[in-house]
Amino acid sequence: MIYLDNAATTRPVPGAVEAMMPYLTDYYGNPSSIYSFSEKSRQVIQDTRDYIAQSLHAQSGEIYFTAGGSESDNWAIKAAAEAYAFKGKHIITSKIEHHAVLHTCQYLEKQGYEVTYVGVDENGVINMEELKAAVREDTILITVMAANNEIGTIQPIKEIGELAKAHGILFHTDAVQAYAQIPLDVEEMHIDMLSGSGHKFHGPKGIGFLYIRKGVKIRSFVHGGAQERARRAGTENVPGIAGMGAAAKYSFDILEEKMKKETQLRDYLIDRVLTEIPYVRLNGDRKKRLPGNANFSFRFVEGESMLIHLDQKGICASSGSACTSGSLDPSHVLLAIGLPHEIAHGSLRLTLSEETTREELDYVVDNLKEIVAYIRNMSPLYEDFVRAQGQKEAEHVQ
Amino acid sequence: MYSEKVMDHFNNPRNVGEIENASGVGTVGNAKCGDIMRIYLDIDDKGIIRDCKFKTFGCGAAVATSSMATELVKGKSIEEAMQVTNKAVMEALDGLPPVKVHCSLLAEEAIHAALWDYAEKNHITIAGLSKPKSDIHEGEEAEEEEY
Repeated sequence: MIYLDNAATTRPVPGAVEAMMPYLTDYYGNPSSIYSFSEKSRQVIQDTRDYIAQSLHAQSGEIYFTAGGSESDNWAIKAAAEAYAFKGKHIITSKIEHHAVLHTCQYLEKQGYEVTYVGVDENGVINMEELKAAVREDTILITVMAANNEIGTIQPIKEIGELAKAHGILFHTDAVQAYAQIPLDVEEMHIDMLSGSGHKFHGPKGIGFLYIRKGVKIRSFVHGGAQERARRAGTENVPGIAGMGAAAKYSFDILEEKMKKETQLRDYLIDRVLTEIPYVRLNGDRKKRLPGNANFSFRFVEGESMLIHLDQKGICASSGSACTSGSLDPSHVLLAIGLPHEIAHGSLRLTLSEETTREELDYVVDNLKEIVAYIRNMSPLYEDFVRAQGQKEAEHVQ
Repeated sequence: MYSEKVMDHFNNPRNVGEIENASGVGTVGNAKCGDIMRIYLDIDDKGIIRDCKFKTFGCGAAVATSSMATELVKGKSIEEAMQVTNKAVMEALDGLPPVKVHCSLLAEEAIHAALWDYAEKNHITIAGLSKPKSDIHEGEEAEEEEY
């Protein structure tokens, strides 16, 4: 099997699994209990909190564990909206956010908040002028993702952070795709809240975190206990936290080398696809993109058909966001960068990890060429296109 | 996600292609929803569908329903072909996931559109057949994007 869907989830590294095991077996003590048996559980929570804080240039007390990226996004946006409602009810976000952010904003609109959805350019980079113009007296929160999950575009987070700070507006970033993939610094980038998810960087599923800058007023998400400074009650997912901590250490230890390797392989993949397959375009910015992300649109080809054929060749890929695959509408991200519907339907996302090899990519491109040609041969759109081309040529000859 | 029959028709689609000087051609669906089906019919003097071919732009279910629909109408009379409903196509494929049911509707519409074309060309009326709603040309301007 060739796994090229690392934006959907990643392989838990052996170190992460090993780190979890003691807390699933011997050290099952509740971290809130007083006896020394629970000390190990308490300690691994603290160690992970310290490590994640340091990886973001934050303080330990600013990291809160959650059940994952979607929960972190929900919490940050809903609880901040509620806490700052006295100041205003206007929120700014982008058109290409993950649904965990978009649907939360839509929910708040029903609760009487106003949301401005700022557009992006053809490469998916947020329109800064539009963002600046959207700022109002009553704006309380700007939430813009650090990097896009579909097309990999990295946003000018520092600029957005500076803008928010200058206007005294809270800035949240969904960094689920970016954390432990590219360097992030909450101080330098003026980030007030940041969401992360363990399974996107070789950790277990069902565990994530939210960074909340000290001093930010934010309501509790889960009531019922003193865990996470009483802001997110419930007995901690100790094995998950241990696994996420080990995965974060693993990822940051190799970060520079991982980025370099993935960037090289990604560029190799993009070059091969763009030169060897006709009527294809790269979605997202050529340079300002996540090291492991490649996203293409093949004209006259429908995405799901392509995925099934790839699957039969042992290749795991995705068409747009995995969360979108149950719906019939093409990805909102691809529409936001200006792709027409039928071209958005023919998108393919290949996301690499540091474990990906050049041989694997060669196998993928070789097969992809055949699959695309096969599907086009069956496509009435391609038939019409070829016929029209033939007519044009005939007219030219005359 | 898909039944074995759907996968079989997706992997080995029957009757893919075009028919030159076809008796009737029907194209339905639109690229906006991600599905376009085109069906070609070769109908003899006795009103028997001698051959049927298809081309489809769409998901796994769209390809499989097109393939099955051509199988179901091939060798049949026009009257029999009119009985090939989306339900019949779905049953023949051992069902489809709920979000893909519209694909089977498209297959039925594509057959009807091809029969309509045949009827118009031959100035005849086919009982129970009405003008197909074809919206394939929607969003055509957008297609002229640069590459």
